[in-house]
Amino acid sequence: MSKTLNLVLHIWRQKNRDSRGGFVRYEISDVSEHSSFLEMLDQLNEQLIARGEEPVAFDHDCREGICGACGMVINGEPHGPQKLTTTCQLHMRKFKSGDELYLEPFRAQAFPVIRDLIVDRAPLDRIVQAGGFIGARTGSAPDANSILVPKENADRAMDAAACIGCGACVAACPNASAMLFTAAKAGHLNLLPQGQPERTARVLNMVSQMDSEGFGHCTNHFECMEACPKGIDVDFIAKLNRDYLRANVESREVNSSDNSAG
Amino acid sequence: MELKSQAPTGPIETRWERHRFNMKLVNPANRRRHTVIVVGTGLAGGALAATLGEQGYNVKAFCYQDSPRRAHSIAAQGGINAAKNYQNDGDSVYRLFYDTVKGGDFRARESNVYRLAEVSVNIIDQCVAQGVPFAREYSGLLDNRSFGGAQVSRTFYARGQTGQQLLLGAYQALSKQIGRGQVQMFGRHEMLELIVIDGRARGIVARNMETGEIRAHLADVVALCTGGYGNVFFLSTNAKGCNVTATWRAHRKGALFANPCYTQIHPTCIPVSGTSQSKLTLMSESLRNDGRVWVPKNPADVTKSPDQIPESDRDYYLERLYPSFGNLVPRDIASRRAKDMCDEGRGVGPEVNGQRRGVYLDFKDAIQRMGKKAVEEKYGNLFEMYERIAGEDPYKVPMRIYPAVHYTMGGLWVDYNLMSTIGGLFVGGEANFSDHGANRLGASALMQGLADGYFILPYTIANYLAQTPRNTADEGHPAVREALDAVRTRTEKFLSIRGKRSPDSFHRELGQLMWEKCGMARTKQGLEEALAKIPAIREEFWNNLNVLGGASELNVSLEKAGRVADFLELGELMCRDALVREESCGGHFREEHQTPEGEAQRDDENFSHVSAWEFTGTNSAPILHKEQLEFEYVKPTQRSYK
Repeated sequence: MSKTLNLVLHIWRQKNRDSRGGFVRYEISDVSEHSSFLEMLDQLNEQLIARGEEPVAFDHDCREGICGACGMVINGEPHGPQKLTTTCQLHMRKFKSGDELYLEPFRAQAFPVIRDLIVDRAPLDRIVQAGGFIGARTGSAPDANSILVPKENADRAMDAAACIGCGACVAACPNASAMLFTAAKAGHLNLLPQGQPERTARVLNMVSQMDSEGFGHCTNHFECMEACPKGIDVDFIAKLNRDYLRANVESREVNSSDNSAG
Repeated sequence: MELKSQAPTGPIETRWERHRFNMKLVNPANRRRHTVIVVGTGLAGGALAATLGEQGYNVKAFCYQDSPRRAHSIAAQGGINAAKNYQNDGDSVYRLFYDTVKGGDFRARESNVYRLAEVSVNIIDQCVAQGVPFAREYSGLLDNRSFGGAQVSRTFYARGQTGQQLLLGAYQALSKQIGRGQVQMFGRHEMLELIVIDGRARGIVARNMETGEIRAHLADVVALCTGGYGNVFFLSTNAKGCNVTATWRAHRKGALFANPCYTQIHPTCIPVSGTSQSKLTLMSESLRNDGRVWVPKNPADVTKSPDQIPESDRDYYLERLYPSFGNLVPRDIASRRAKDMCDEGRGVGPEVNGQRRGVYLDFKDAIQRMGKKAVEEKYGNLFEMYERIAGEDPYKVPMRIYPAVHYTMGGLWVDYNLMSTIGGLFVGGEANFSDHGANRLGASALMQGLADGYFILPYTIANYLAQTPRNTADEGHPAVREALDAVRTRTEKFLSIRGKRSPDSFHRELGQLMWEKCGMARTKQGLEEALAKIPAIREEFWNNLNVLGGASELNVSLEKAGRVADFLELGELMCRDALVREESCGGHFREEHQTPEGEAQRDDENFSHVSAWEFTGTNSAPILHKEQLEFEYVKPTQRSYK
């Protein structure tokens, strides 16, 4: 027989964007240690429905740690206590019976709460829309092997591209900065030969969008890396800073040469 | 109704080229006058919306997730096939075509499959140009691997996250178009009804899942790229939100549903650990290259710790039954044998609902042979994932695995243009039935999604638009009002029942029944039992469902209720389809139809056709239409893995 746990949960309940939220205390018993954290919440929700109370809303989808939909703050830590693990992959055997857990949504000015533990992360999409792409039209590509990419660069680009866009980095940062997210996306593309033509515009536009969304500045706390379920390295932030500096210089050169031509 | 495949004839190598030339084009200046709705933003939908946006069409794209980047294509691990022959090992478009037709157990349309193999090479080019970080060799060239028993190395991959990287490529292309204003993106929106005007798909009704607003969106053409229906089993490797609602709503409006009984079971998933299990996790099949599958010989040993069971008391049943292929037999065979062992009472692991459903996948010999370090290098990330979920260290204790539902080959019937039986309703990716026949090869799902989205639908949709008057109806049109009313009535119904059971409880009940009666192995008797029970579950659902909260708010129970209601109808159709298909083929195994060795026994004389079902009402029998399959190039043979 597997062990079971009894827990006290304090869960942030909030009806919608405009209403005030607050913690509500729940008790749950007989949670299997083999259940995932979200299965524990499923179990709570079934009990709430049976009692005529509305279930707790939380974002989730793939439940295998790759879609980036899930995420909540568990006792102060985005995605909870286990390193390199999304909330959906966290299992109850990491907790003890009798534990008291506080579950909150990701907190950031740029991520308004939609309901309970669900926040609006559309600002991250808009950062990508501003420049986080390579504009290769469908059908215009040369043969794949005509573009050589040194293995080291491809591997490093993949390290950055592994970002799942969950937003835990923002929630972990005391400034609610989105630098790690932005740096990962820009870094992935800037490391590849295909990404060079748009590199300057990409960096300037993404950073500008990030700033306009209300994310804070990066002041090198590196809490983001600590919270990141995919282990994205803060080295990419350093790289983004270098790319940003370079992009500023280059765009000024382009502007001044435009002026002289005029 | 006669099903016209519209597939070209003549030499197969030039069919798509000739068809493309014959299709009509839309002048670039006229494209902005057309609106296209794309539902779903996975590989097929994301690629399609991006491509149509680039071409200048107005696109409205919808997904139920908060962001298009989260579609379940993202979870695919292994890789994507393409007939590049970069390894110089004898691959070709024809070989990929041949392998796919054969792998599908001769139940796919040859013309479609050839086209898929043909455009596979363009997909890799496109993805590399977008910056997808595929694995590379030290030379800087792309790396390939052999996958799923293929004899050539044609699979491209990005670590164990190929689906993620391909989806992000499509998502980034889509994001560019959203940024330009060419694509209007509707995240957290769920399609709940198709709007059909004068026989043509002209829009959808969608619910804003945050505010509950129900609105009609009109267009000249609608494309559904909404994935498969594996979640009818409740437990599957699909994401929790995956559902059949978009395609089922279209089916109810007249689109035929083809081969619903073709489901793929993946043999190497982490077994169910308890009754609160919410989903199953797949582990790469590559584990079978070095792991050995076994169960105790004696049912009395199933509760013993595996290290207490001596070699002589272990049954390495795949090696015993299939001396030449051993642990590497195809997915369906490995799956069914695991089921047999557990049915015999020799399954291992925790008892769930009175049954032990698991077999050992043991790396002890591999660790002895290669050393722990080599095993770690090869499978480290998978071992880590297993330990995270199962809580056991597979370097010390053998893994436990069991098959799980993974992919559905059936879907809405489409012709060669990927258009359904409703004019202007196109279907791409896993949502259609077209290319995999009765069984899909590993690393071919990603290929098909992107083929449809980047390289096929943009042509065939343009061809349709060029020959079809634009939509002139507005929201006052009776068909639009009727669709809106239908959604509102249904929503009110869910909220007004106020019974005792949650949507999930019905979903679990249906799923368990489907898994037992319409899962890995099916019988006439079992299917008939399921067909008797499903209407009763449905009846209780509509009388005893409990959905709390209101319509005009974010309401997870309400969303689930709508999806479960549709699964309750689909499940019945799947059983019916499985019952009338009196043969075994690919993922469809009828126990009555097997060779003396226990393999699938096809009946080409009577069943070499696509079964396409027409909806006639929730409680009335659907009508079966058949599209005969012709095999001009790949002659049907019986496979053998002895």
